[in-house]
Amino acid sequence: MPPKTMFEKIWDDHVVVQEPDQPAVIYIDLHLVHEVTSPQAFDGLRMNGRKVRRLDLTVATADHNTPTWDLSLPVTDEISKKQLDALDRNCAEFGVTLYDRFSPLQGIVHIIGPDLGYTQPGKTVVCGDSHTSTHGALGAFAIGIGTSEVEHVLATQTLRAFKPDTMEVRVNGQLPRGVTAKDIILAIIGKIGVYGGVGHVIEYTGEAIRNLSMDGRMTVCNMSIEAGARAGMIAPDQTTFDYLKGRQFAPQGAEFDAAVERWKALVTDPGAKYDKLVEIDASELEPHVTWGTTPGMVAPISGKIPDPADADDENTRDALTRALEYMDLKPGMAITDIKIDRIFVGACTNARLEDLRAAAEVVKGKKVHKDVYAMVVPGSAKIKLEAEAEGLDKIFEEAGVDWRVAGCSMCLGMNPDILSPGQRCASTSNRNFEGRQGKGGRTHLVSPAMAAAAAIAGHFVDVRDL
Amino acid sequence: MDAFTKLTGVVAPIDRINIDTDQIIPAVYLKSIERTGFEDALFSSWRYNFDGSDNPEFVLNKPAYKKANVLVVGPNFGCGSSREHAPWALRDYGIKCIISTSFADIFYNNCFKNGVLPLVLPPEQVKEIMEKAESDPGIELSIDLVGQRVWDESEEISIAFEIDAARKDALVNGLDDIGQTLRMVADIGDYEAKHGL
Repeated sequence: MPPKTMFEKIWDDHVVVQEPDQPAVIYIDLHLVHEVTSPQAFDGLRMNGRKVRRLDLTVATADHNTPTWDLSLPVTDEISKKQLDALDRNCAEFGVTLYDRFSPLQGIVHIIGPDLGYTQPGKTVVCGDSHTSTHGALGAFAIGIGTSEVEHVLATQTLRAFKPDTMEVRVNGQLPRGVTAKDIILAIIGKIGVYGGVGHVIEYTGEAIRNLSMDGRMTVCNMSIEAGARAGMIAPDQTTFDYLKGRQFAPQGAEFDAAVERWKALVTDPGAKYDKLVEIDASELEPHVTWGTTPGMVAPISGKIPDPADADDENTRDALTRALEYMDLKPGMAITDIKIDRIFVGACTNARLEDLRAAAEVVKGKKVHKDVYAMVVPGSAKIKLEAEAEGLDKIFEEAGVDWRVAGCSMCLGMNPDILSPGQRCASTSNRNFEGRQGKGGRTHLVSPAMAAAAAIAGHFVDVRDL
Repeated sequence: MDAFTKLTGVVAPIDRINIDTDQIIPAVYLKSIERTGFEDALFSSWRYNFDGSDNPEFVLNKPAYKKANVLVVGPNFGCGSSREHAPWALRDYGIKCIISTSFADIFYNNCFKNGVLPLVLPPEQVKEIMEKAESDPGIELSIDLVGQRVWDESEEISIAFEIDAARKDALVNGLDDIGQTLRMVADIGDYEAKHGL
């Protein structure tokens, strides 16, 4: 047999039907559902008298609309409430397991999948959400899909898809102290651009990736879509197996040991070819900060705002000019001179326990700057309890940081957590598009430690200098 | 699914790269549980001022382009989220064809499920249409998916295009993906049995 990449092994193992020149029909092992992209899909099933084919492979949670205030308080946004109620009704009617906003297993869909052990190496995972790429960190093939495809998977447990190409992103060397997984992925997007990965599945390899924890690997894979990639993946290894062992929905006991043997065989064969290769040197990286309105508009903390006049072509020059105007920044300005109004630590990119610890370590014993409002939103109800058991909530509260309940929150502002027009936010989320966190809001993407450091200083600082 | 065979309509230009799904339809409009009614949300951040009034500078607010059925846009259109609300908002507004040099993957897939044709053309042809749409406001473009051709009334623009045969077939015939896959239910059952699922 010719050598195969990890992606090809998983793909080939999931093809149910492949007719010539048609999309493959591939089997889906795990379908995650949330309230925003599912109501029309359930309606479609109802209209056609169809059922959910595999309830045991389907799990739902409420995350995008849920307020992050105390659970004893009601959902005050009537339209959000209607969407949350629709998820309750649909899951009850069709028999889908649902972790609603009161469930101890509730959380951001891409956080709870791995954290509860649902996501496993070799699985195909889909969700009506582009950040499904997160799950690839465990060696799964995980992609975001639209609502029509959500309905297709509910009805058939399969997806029609054309086979993507492959790209290896090799991150060589060791990360310097204070530089994180978030900085790796921001640097990669800065290098290959927001279109660099389109049509490809990225496999991240190399020493710096191997040395990342599972939480860090998920941060990297999460933002694969920001480079345009169909999915991001990391080969499973001992870090993956240690992470999964004992998780609620992972195999247990002898079954787990047998699964580990299967998972070990998933890695890319020596000599297997990727369609593209990109290499970066981790040892040269600094903490990164986005300054524009795409995740590719990014600079190291020691950097300056670029001058649109230096752009290679007119389209790029226009985009840079427009981005600087929207962000209210001037060419040549030092990144460290950018003052901020708010910080948001959270989202499927950076709301896991390691992220919360990193932010807490920076603010411990200090006070948030008087002009800054700081908010930390844990990724799940379970992670919230774990953080509180370590006393992280106390550290945040003593520093003047607001400690909230789990949800997508200010990553996309579907719940009440939004920026006001003109407000500037250091955010650990994944998108800095115009208006992403609220109309007129300005978003700078950073790691949790960098967001925390900015909260204390009132402007961006190199967290390594603290 | 809705079919797309042929269309003649006004083409509106938005000469920007990387137009993301948050610009096509911001998240605040995704709370609806309906599949239609998203036309007023399309490009809302660009279309409306902070007080809710129309922004006269935005292309779809200019009289010549208001009734556009075709958009010509910069590369990587539809990057970002998987929200199918993006093609729904375009379709509900009346835009059934988007012309660009490239599209983001999920957005591209979502268009085909909703009778919207995301048409990929080479850079020089996109530029030609962009310039014509800007210099001649309100110009109509015809797109024939069956015959794989784009032209304007004067035939100054006349372009033969390539498209994947399977995608074309699905859109021309408005094929129901789920119905088609359910015909393979025996294969799915066999797969599950073989894999102990």
